[in-house]
Amino acid sequence: MLLINKTCLITGSSKGIGREICKLFAENGAKIIATGRNVKDINDSISDLPCFSGPHIVYKMDVTKEDEVIDVFNDLNMTKNNINCIVNNAGIMEDATLQMVKSDLIDRIFTTNVFGTIIPSKNSIKPFLKNRGGSIINLSSIIGTNGNHGQTIYGSSKSAIIGFTKSLSKELAPLNIRVNAIAPGFIDTDMTRGMDPKFYEKNLKSIGMRRLGTPNDVAKVALFLASDLSLYVTGQIIGVDGGMII
Amino acid sequence: MENTLKLKNSFSVALNLEIDNINDNLAYQSISEWDSISHMILISQIEEDFDVSLDTDDVINMSSFAITKEILSKYHIKF
Repeated sequence: MLLINKTCLITGSSKGIGREICKLFAENGAKIIATGRNVKDINDSISDLPCFSGPHIVYKMDVTKEDEVIDVFNDLNMTKNNINCIVNNAGIMEDATLQMVKSDLIDRIFTTNVFGTIIPSKNSIKPFLKNRGGSIINLSSIIGTNGNHGQTIYGSSKSAIIGFTKSLSKELAPLNIRVNAIAPGFIDTDMTRGMDPKFYEKNLKSIGMRRLGTPNDVAKVALFLASDLSLYVTGQIIGVDGGMII
Repeated sequence: MENTLKLKNSFSVALNLEIDNINDNLAYQSISEWDSISHMILISQIEEDFDVSLDTDDVINMSSFAITKEILSKYHIKF
């Protein structure tokens, strides 16, 4: 068990990659702070997880609402649940060529993917200091590292996460707080299933391993970054893409 | 007076300073020991020692020892 006695907060934990991270972390001994917009969905997804380091906790937390984020961290502080790790997983994907992009789409994607990564990260620093260290794990994307047709806004939001990760890692390294990002490729989730079928087929053909990634493939890398196996790893963007070429 | 000494101790531990060098004039970034990194350690130390949770604005505004006492007064800590 790699996360025994560690408390890990995961955003967007009701489905897909977030749900799988909750599961794998719990199986490895972590106490899970599961957050998201729909409490019922989160409760459903974590109800059967094993508890080795105390009961898991569920919070309604929309990462686009700073007040909700602050309230959750205040409550965690008051209840002495000082987190050791945060996984900024919550994100959305909407595709359109730039000519067809409306301002509200830009606002929606950047508010969720970028603002929704920065604000929870900022609030996690104080509890990390109390634990004399911590791990921030951000979810970027292969689209953020390589770009893709029809994904200028989504791609630039995921690129912003890379810039944020690299700068914050330098800022927090002296405090023993590590900051890394995962850049998944084409992962089998509700989000990718909603893609245009033409893109779906094209993307599948571009994967060297000739299969879609699973949420578990991503969760395993998150487990490595959350655990003491990666104590000297910070500022890294780790691709989980099966050799995908874009 | 007791809390002033307690706060000086927080500063001493967080910034690695001698207690005698801590006074109302001590200001953020006026000495190398109090930079943006150690400021976060100081905030954590104060929160632990005084059992408070400081607001973001207070963290940003905490620019001297004197102002720190003013800010903590808002949290019902008397100096």
